[in-house]
Amino acid sequence: MKKGKLGYLFIAPATIHLLVFAIFPMVFSVFLSLFRWNLLTSERTFLGLANYTYAFGDPLFWNALWNSTKYALLSVPLGMAAGLLVAILVNQKLRGVTLFRTLYYIPAISSGVAISILWIYIYMPETGLINSVLGLLHINNKTDFLKNESLAMYALVFMSIWVGLGPRMVLFLSGLIGIPQSLYEAAELDGAGKLRSFWNVTLPMLIPTTFFVMITSTIGALQVFTPVYIMTQGGPNEKTDMVGYHIYVEAWSKFLIGIASAKSFVLLAVIVLVSILQFKILKNQLEGYSTT
Amino acid sequence: MKKLLSYVTMTALAVFLMAPFVWMVLVSLQPSKAPIPTLDHLVPTQPAWSNYKLVLFDQPNLPVMRFFMNSLFVTLSVVIGQLFVSSLAAYGFARMRFAGRDLIFYVFLGSLMFSGPVTQLPVYLLVRSLGWLDTYAALIVPGVSSAFSVFLLRQAFMGIPIELDEAARIDGAGEFRIYSRIVLPLSGAALATCSAFSFFAVWTDFFWPLLSTNTSSMRTLEVGLSVFKTSYGSTNWPLEMTATVLVMIPLLVAFLFSQRYFTKGIMIGSIK
Repeated sequence: MKKGKLGYLFIAPATIHLLVFAIFPMVFSVFLSLFRWNLLTSERTFLGLANYTYAFGDPLFWNALWNSTKYALLSVPLGMAAGLLVAILVNQKLRGVTLFRTLYYIPAISSGVAISILWIYIYMPETGLINSVLGLLHINNKTDFLKNESLAMYALVFMSIWVGLGPRMVLFLSGLIGIPQSLYEAAELDGAGKLRSFWNVTLPMLIPTTFFVMITSTIGALQVFTPVYIMTQGGPNEKTDMVGYHIYVEAWSKFLIGIASAKSFVLLAVIVLVSILQFKILKNQLEGYSTT
Repeated sequence: MKKLLSYVTMTALAVFLMAPFVWMVLVSLQPSKAPIPTLDHLVPTQPAWSNYKLVLFDQPNLPVMRFFMNSLFVTLSVVIGQLFVSSLAAYGFARMRFAGRDLIFYVFLGSLMFSGPVTQLPVYLLVRSLGWLDTYAALIVPGVSSAFSVFLLRQAFMGIPIELDEAARIDGAGEFRIYSRIVLPLSGAALATCSAFSFFAVWTDFFWPLLSTNTSSMRTLEVGLSVFKTSYGSTNWPLEMTATVLVMIPLLVAFLFSQRYFTKGIMIGSIK
């Protein structure tokens, strides 16, 4: 490997880009969060930490944090379970199985706006797909899922499972393919049944994959924006107002960019803490297996 | 028996995942302004193909062709820029040695995971103070390098035997020559994977083009579609679905050509 200063030249364009469009903005965002700063008039007054105290005293922000937590706690485990089950299903040597894998991936490469518009239709009260199919089964249901306070959140969660199925399936599939066949043979020799070898071979061997899926899904879920913006605008009655959308409204409808910056740092702190926590859990899990 | 059960399950799942798309196509062929059809009237007796001409060419306030060209130009520029800038950096990180290399690489990785929520506002202010709002520069420049591509390509470059570099160096090749004549040609699949990922990420990006553009001549398809929704809303589902189909077609075509790189990239990404 070549030593010297030439390496800096190779990484220079990407590093300068990173400094200008990621590192400097992060630092500048700290600065922004310390001011009362209006996006339109560019008026600014130094406030110190007042934006943060305001954020922590704002019931709507707490509501958004709670909704995001609920969304992540529901959509991540359910989405992972669905992805794993489908991965096992398509990990069989069957004719045409690759076609199914391709089909399952399509929602994930689709436009987020298009998907959100389609799901508005699926959830409509009269002619929506769900209620129409129920009608065929002679179940007369007129629920307006997205305008129902107790159902709107679950409607968004359900849609996120549908969209994220393909990538999660592919990740678990690569994990499943990586498990040596000999482990299953050994388990069989020891008299383990199908269920037991799933529990004692498949799941432990999938821990690294699971960790990767969990951490990326959680980061994504905590920042969800497009479906909220297109489908519910945080409603009904702020029941689907999640942090990503809440901050968007603060910055781009109310033009309060100091407060928006402070709130986005709170979101960042939550994301970092949750990631560290998940990493700790993974480490414990892996150690648990290496000692037995 | 088990085989049959698998096929039934897989087909049911495919129906569940594809049904909204089938519905989208069928509604786009209903006469303009028709109400949403019930399931038994979903297949149009006379498909209204004219909807497509109407949406593509006859909407002066919503120039869909223009949106399309904007998306195409912006996406291709970002993909090409990203391939060049990120592969150069990946070469440096994977195959050269210099003080602070690993530390700088970790900064790239960290920004990949954690910079998302806090950078949008400052980047907007930066772009605004440069006078780039509502220009192609605003849509392209912030995307021409990506920490994700750097990471992905570094992983791929590290897999190429280092002996090749050494042999080339003995023959008198410089670093840039090794990068362009040995490492890049051997990394076709990884470069394709990167292009596929950035293509879909940029084409379907919604948040940034929504913020950084405000006239309809600068909108991309994705933002244009959301404008379509607000101008037609629930009043004209057939035309709205026509627009949605038009947004989806390029994505599907691109996906069919690139899908094997897609699955590969996801797997590279997961071996952190």
